[in-house]
Amino acid sequence: MHVPDGFINAPTSAAAGVVAAGAIAVSLRGARRELDERTAPLAGLVAAFIFAVQMLNFPVAAGTSGHLLGGALAAILVGPFTGVLCVSVVLLMQGILFADGGLTALGVNITVMACVTTVVAYTVFRGLVKVLPHTRRSVTVASFTAALLSVPGAALAFTLIYWIGGTTDIAIGKVATAMVGVHVLIGIGEAVITALTVGAVIAVRPDLVHGARGLGQRLQLRVNGELVDAPPAEKARTAPAAARTSRRTLWLTGLVTSLVLAGFVSFYASADPDGLEKVAADKGIDAKVEDHAAADSPLADYGVKDVQNARLSGGLAGVIGVGVTVVAGSTVFWAVRRRRTDAVSPASTSV
Amino acid sequence: MGAGHAHRLYRHGHSPVHTLPPHTKLAATFAFVVVVVSTPREAMWAFGLYALLLAVVAHRARVPAGFLLKRLLIEVPFVAFAVLMPFVAEGERVDVLGLSLSVNGLWGAWNVLAKGTLGVAASVLLAATTELRALLLGLQRLRLPPLLVQIASFMIRYGDLITDEMRRMRIARESRGFEARGVRHWGVLAKSAGALFIRSYERGERVHLAMVSRGYAGSMPVIDEVTATRAQWSYAFALPVAALVVCMVGWIL
Repeated sequence: MHVPDGFINAPTSAAAGVVAAGAIAVSLRGARRELDERTAPLAGLVAAFIFAVQMLNFPVAAGTSGHLLGGALAAILVGPFTGVLCVSVVLLMQGILFADGGLTALGVNITVMACVTTVVAYTVFRGLVKVLPHTRRSVTVASFTAALLSVPGAALAFTLIYWIGGTTDIAIGKVATAMVGVHVLIGIGEAVITALTVGAVIAVRPDLVHGARGLGQRLQLRVNGELVDAPPAEKARTAPAAARTSRRTLWLTGLVTSLVLAGFVSFYASADPDGLEKVAADKGIDAKVEDHAAADSPLADYGVKDVQNARLSGGLAGVIGVGVTVVAGSTVFWAVRRRRTDAVSPASTSV
Repeated sequence: MGAGHAHRLYRHGHSPVHTLPPHTKLAATFAFVVVVVSTPREAMWAFGLYALLLAVVAHRARVPAGFLLKRLLIEVPFVAFAVLMPFVAEGERVDVLGLSLSVNGLWGAWNVLAKGTLGVAASVLLAATTELRALLLGLQRLRLPPLLVQIASFMIRYGDLITDEMRRMRIARESRGFEARGVRHWGVLAKSAGALFIRSYERGERVHLAMVSRGYAGSMPVIDEVTATRAQWSYAFALPVAALVVCMVGWIL
């Protein structure tokens, strides 16, 4: 899985390095929120666990065996931010100490294996846990699906990077088919192991599973032979957290919906998606329309170049489009909010 | 304590390479790999010169060739991938021994093999001549976020311990007659992994409490500040600068 040096060209590796550095910076802040000052020892021990569990061999059949990649497991057990940090640290140490994965490809490795895997897994997991009934079985189902999707998701992300900056021109359709094909198989193994492991942890210490928070039963008291809900403690502390989660839920739901719409539902969309275009073509208005400056771009006309299957191509283009839009939009939003808080903060922080 | 205090990847020594400050070695290795990756793949002789440069460093560090070659085995999976490339790549084809191979794919395979091998050899040399603790100090010195360095140091410090715990669990399973033969036994292995997670996490909590009771408040005190003189920097950067010259010549020719 680890990408060596010379596989992706230098500019793309540098760009991936910038993305990875940004992701790590965001995760460092997020992990501090998840674990406060316990971050260093706990994240370090979880990283050591991920490192060890990657050496645990799961026999498949006839002498072959596989092992866990751990991205999805880390995200579900300790949360997305700490998960990204743990897997990134494992990759960093593997690159420097064990020469596993090239030093210049570190950015690519962290982006693909730490960020994409963890984010995909956690998004799917939280989405499913919200939708499914609040039982232990649905946590198992959710972690199975999350791990199952996270591995081909990472393979797709790698294909995207390879397509931008690969050093050998293999048709991108071929790379995508091979990568996703192999990684769907790996993903099934990963999914089974992850679901079983999460189940084993939930059975003993459900409080340790970050993704299953809020699934605990409410405390009930038996008063005069009847079960009565105990009054919730520390109401003041939980209220703001709830407000924040709901906004995040809204954001995630929107993202998942648009991904599903762009990726899958677009298969069945009309071939004349835009009324104006259709009319223009009928009436010959567009005879003089010049090609858009980006007509040569890899995503021109809502299809991915070199991907032969029209439906797959359209779906892929849709998913990539949604991704780019969300990243761009969030960046603008974040920048605006940051400027606003910067304008306010000097007065409040000057102590 | 059965094992030595140093990690098995490290070769103890007092060579000039061993005594260089860790951050100069880290920076030099990284610069070298960047130079190698940006060399045009058609300049085959340049990669030979790079290998020669690394051999000189290995000689100065008194790292035997056998040790280096054994550690290079880690890239075997990518050799397999590189061998596939000429068969699947696009473009002009050429017949070699009755096989139709893509010229572009052959260049790609060469590219990955040469650059990957040089990158692995450089990191192996770095790990063989620098102690783990010194590496972490070097990373901190190179302005990596302190929290990230702390996490990495905890991972290194407890990595062997957790791996050993996993080994003890395996011995306990085997001494009770368990042998994992197929998919049906995954449940048992996954339960072990879950137990290992709980043990690791709880150990993390205990470590944190122990740290708090000794006055930890979010940042580690820096006891030994590593510094490098100008002479040490220039000694360490002899390697990437020599490589840069080769790279420039490669681009011009």
